[in-house]
Amino acid sequence: MRSFTYERAATPQQAARAVGGKPGAKFIAGGTNLLDLMKLEIETPTHLVDVQDLPLGSIEETGEGGLRIGAFVSNTALSAHPRIRRDYAVLTRAIQAGASGQLRNKATTGGNLLQRTRCPYFYDTNMPCNKRSPGSGCAAIGGFSRQLGVVGVSDKCIATYPGDMANALAVLDAVVETVQPDGATRSIPIGAFHRLWGDTPERETALEKGELITGVVLPAPPGGRHFYSKVRDRASYAFALVSVAAVIQPDGSGRVAFGGVAPRPWRSKQADDALPLGAKAVIQQAFADASPRDDNRFKIALAERTLAGILAEVGS
Amino acid sequence: MKFDAPAGKTIVDDPTVIGKSTRRIDGPRKTTGTAPYAYERHDVVSGQAYGYIVGSAIARGRITAMNLDAARKAPGVIAVIAATETEPVGTSPFNTAPLFGGRDIAHYHQAIACVVAETFEQARAAAALIRTTYDRDAGDYDLAKVKDGAKIAPGWSVPEDIQRNGNFAEAYAAAPVQLDQTYTTPDEAHAMMEPFATIAAWEGDKLTLWTSNQMINWSKRALASILKMPAENIRLDSPFIGGGFGGKLFIRADAVLAALGAKAAGRPVKIAMQRPLMFNNATHRPATIQRVRIGTDADGRILAMGHECWSGNLPGGSAENGAAQTRALYSGPDNLTVSYISRLDLPEGNAMRAPGEAVGHLALEVAMDELAEKLGLDPIEFRLRNEPERMPGDPSKRFSGRHLVECLREGADRFGWSARQSRPASVRDGRWLVGMGVAAGYRGAPITKSAARVSLDNAGRVRVETDMTDIGTGSYTIIAQTAAECIGVPLDQVRVDLGDSRSPVSSGSGGQWGAASSTAGVYAACVELRRMVAEKFGMNADTARFEGGRVVDGKTRRRLAEAGPLSAEGQMDYGDFQNDYDMGTYAGHFAEVGVDAYTGEVRIRRMLAVCDAGRILNPLSARSQVIGAMVMSAGSALMEDLVVDKRFGFFVNHDLAGYEVPVHADIPHQEVVFLDTLDDVISPLKAKGVGELGICGPGAAIANAVYNATGVRVRDYPITLDKLIDKLPDVA
Ligand SMILES: Cc1cc2nc3c(=O)[nH]c(=O)nc-3n(C[C@H](O)[C@H](O)[C@H](O)COP(=O)(O)OP(=O)(O)OC[C@H]3O[C@@H](n4cnc5c(N)ncnc54)[C@H](O)[C@@H]3O)c2cc1C
Ligand code: SF4
Repeated sequence: MRSFTYERAATPQQAARAVGGKPGAKFIAGGTNLLDLMKLEIETPTHLVDVQDLPLGSIEETGEGGLRIGAFVSNTALSAHPRIRRDYAVLTRAIQAGASGQLRNKATTGGNLLQRTRCPYFYDTNMPCNKRSPGSGCAAIGGFSRQLGVVGVSDKCIATYPGDMANALAVLDAVVETVQPDGATRSIPIGAFHRLWGDTPERETALEKGELITGVVLPAPPGGRHFYSKVRDRASYAFALVSVAAVIQPDGSGRVAFGGVAPRPWRSKQADDALPLGAKAVIQQAFADASPRDDNRFKIALAERTLAGILAEVGS
Repeated sequence: MKFDAPAGKTIVDDPTVIGKSTRRIDGPRKTTGTAPYAYERHDVVSGQAYGYIVGSAIARGRITAMNLDAARKAPGVIAVIAATETEPVGTSPFNTAPLFGGRDIAHYHQAIACVVAETFEQARAAAALIRTTYDRDAGDYDLAKVKDGAKIAPGWSVPEDIQRNGNFAEAYAAAPVQLDQTYTTPDEAHAMMEPFATIAAWEGDKLTLWTSNQMINWSKRALASILKMPAENIRLDSPFIGGGFGGKLFIRADAVLAALGAKAAGRPVKIAMQRPLMFNNATHRPATIQRVRIGTDADGRILAMGHECWSGNLPGGSAENGAAQTRALYSGPDNLTVSYISRLDLPEGNAMRAPGEAVGHLALEVAMDELAEKLGLDPIEFRLRNEPERMPGDPSKRFSGRHLVECLREGADRFGWSARQSRPASVRDGRWLVGMGVAAGYRGAPITKSAARVSLDNAGRVRVETDMTDIGTGSYTIIAQTAAECIGVPLDQVRVDLGDSRSPVSSGSGGQWGAASSTAGVYAACVELRRMVAEKFGMNADTARFEGGRVVDGKTRRRLAEAGPLSAEGQMDYGDFQNDYDMGTYAGHFAEVGVDAYTGEVRIRRMLAVCDAGRILNPLSARSQVIGAMVMSAGSALMEDLVVDKRFGFFVNHDLAGYEVPVHADIPHQEVVFLDTLDDVISPLKAKGVGELGICGPGAAIANAVYNATGVRVRDYPITLDKLIDKLPDVA
């Protein structure tokens, strides 16, 4: 870990300015991802702006019947909130399928969206990795890629966005709210928040330098039945091989997003539209452009079977 | 004291302390954080500086240059020792690749430097400033590729690890029913909670290491030869160990670098190996490829048994002999078991809990299941039909105490085995396909000489000192129980001091020999103390009874305390008569699993082990040993997998997020039953180890249950869902 300076921000805009104005500056919220990466010198910020005490820790009703979740609401508090549990159960289920109780107590809504990939080569600084050190190559291509992406990946990087919460936010049509160093605010639909890797896998989201997530807005509840199926090699405390977030309406229509397969929660209109036709039809749409490796090809069949399990439960 | 014939009457035949479930006497120290683990021994020596290890970035080749300037100038740095500036350290019989020094790189993350600084953070930050360049050599990293050039591996005490009786090839070819299958097991990591950790301090030419080590005397001698100094100038102290599983049988880089770092810094140095280095710097259990061929007659009597196992290691490294248990388990007049080894340039493979047998069962006991199905026999019945009279691999040996049949029968009753459907994939519970599996378990019960000092003070308190270790197993407690029993004092009057190389040399902890051997050594010392007490009181040592803090002989009755202070040393040695026996432990392992019909996820529902290991010294801690081993076996069946990158030659998933071991949610229910048996060939306590028995078989029972649930046989471990889903029934 490199030495760094540290400050606590008083207001969101001041925080944005503090990071925006300093090369090498970063926000720190719960620290559960950033500190691990700093210890390994995968992240080497020179200045940390601690934002977790900013007054963005509550969940409020919006005029449209939805909810505004402050950026620093903990994963535990969010998943336990009565309105979330009642009206947005897919979100509760997704969060509780992730990490461990201790981590969820510390992890924040904003930080969770920005957690970085779990590609094992990204974690080993002896290995080439375009995401960690642009232009160095990708050790995962041709190596151990069982956990990695099958769709939306590029020949520069085949990593996944590993998180759970965002998959639920994707099917809820959530919007990420931000403030920039100059005080301007933005609303970024969740589907446009995480970027595909393309030629610049080091650029992972739509955020600009110094842009602070202030909250996440959920539109009015979508109704329907809510599912989150997370598939993994052990029963708990592991990242998804594949996860499926779904909201299914009584008429069989609905929304579906896949986690653990792509640089972002993998949702498309075509896949949603295919839901009434069954799992196979959805997968044909969602994974039409898939480019799996030999050791992760199973993820496509797994995604189909996992969705089939959800649809069977709807039907029964 | 020499144990040179099966035990007759002994002083512990009617025990009141031994054999009773007893809470750990060291428990309060552990739960209050006062048990001294190596890295936290702040009080043993002042001025401790922090060391941080740098590992090689390549698997094979040599260092061309190291730039150490920035690290040397970094804040807080006291010393930097680098491989390029250090002669290779000496070798020892217990490791192959040199632990430090010289430009040659033998494996990934081999230590190439150590930075010593005032704080841990400073040492870590400075270590990241070292720039190293290498010349990379090609290496062999793929067992399947090098297997064909394999040689027969050397055995523990023989030049070639092969046993054959009769003519296997002919008998197999002629057998009416045959099975020929190949199984693979991956490299596995010990993944103990406490990493390697050492504090080293020099006083002149004398070196003290406060460390975490299972085998104090081996390691003292190894360190002497590695550092090229007299063993008598070295003291090792390791009273508490946060898990080792064989990984801490030996001196590793933490100890060597702490010693060299302390010399360079001129002050004590402490090092804990950082977790990401633990998988490639340390040893691991080597992967295996195992071919099992079994031929039977139509009634399921084994005529020919063949088990061949291939593994790889660095030059001079040992083999993982998966065929070991096959020599003992089932009859079959014509048999062949052999362990082959090839050179691989991966990190060094070495002992991990039940070396050989743990993974051997994953092959043999699944093959038995496959063959039972072929024969139309219940897998338990098939095993019962092949219960041998003498050891099949070496018919000159009788079994010292063997109750495998009872283990399987009692297990079947308790588990509700009769409810198992022999046709696979026929039980469904909602979305779960449910199945049951069984496996036999065998693990050798080696015993070895062990010494202790037992002292009595004038308050009637007893103190035991030995360099025996407690690796979380409960040695403190069984040793206290043994002394309390032999000297006739309550347990709370016994103090036990372990892990100090200044104490009499014990068996140490490994190979499931520790409990039986170390308590026998304490027994020998107690017999000597009793003799001294009796002499002092003018009594006859053979007839005197030691009970309740008193000594009674005929009409004479004395308080034990009156004989103190006295101190006795004793060592138990073993006679050749044991060579006529195979000494082993046995188990019947049962598992029920559910396999998600959609996702192929395998989830254990319940597990049972019925164990035969002679006298169980402390049923409470023995149970802990067995359930822990069952968890580890479940891990090896379902998830543990050190993945080799065959291009770069290293284990990729080198942290505890990437190397998955079971969590609580994976282990919903476990039951352990100990048969009430005694083994009088092993020692006067008639007790055998159990710490490794529990990892021999449960994984195979789980694999067999997965087959029973799904009808899909996966022979390449671990059994992960990607190997199942394309063979499960269609769900879309
Ligand atoms: C062992 C382990 C297991 C885990 N398992 C799972 C799992 O199964 N599923 C899962 O989804 N997650 C899992 N996680 C990840 C965990 O959910 C994240 O670490 C956590 O959500 C990050 O939140 P944080 O507040 O601690 O972020 P931090 O570590 O503080 O920050 C993460 C990043 O976000 C930036 N940041 C933080 N807040 C803001 C903001 N408001 N605006 C702009 N940038 C910001 C920081 O600069 C940093 O780059 C696991 C983590 C660990 C350590
Ligand atoms: S997949 Fe991406 S994160 Fe992984 S090594 Fe390649 S570039 Fe790096």
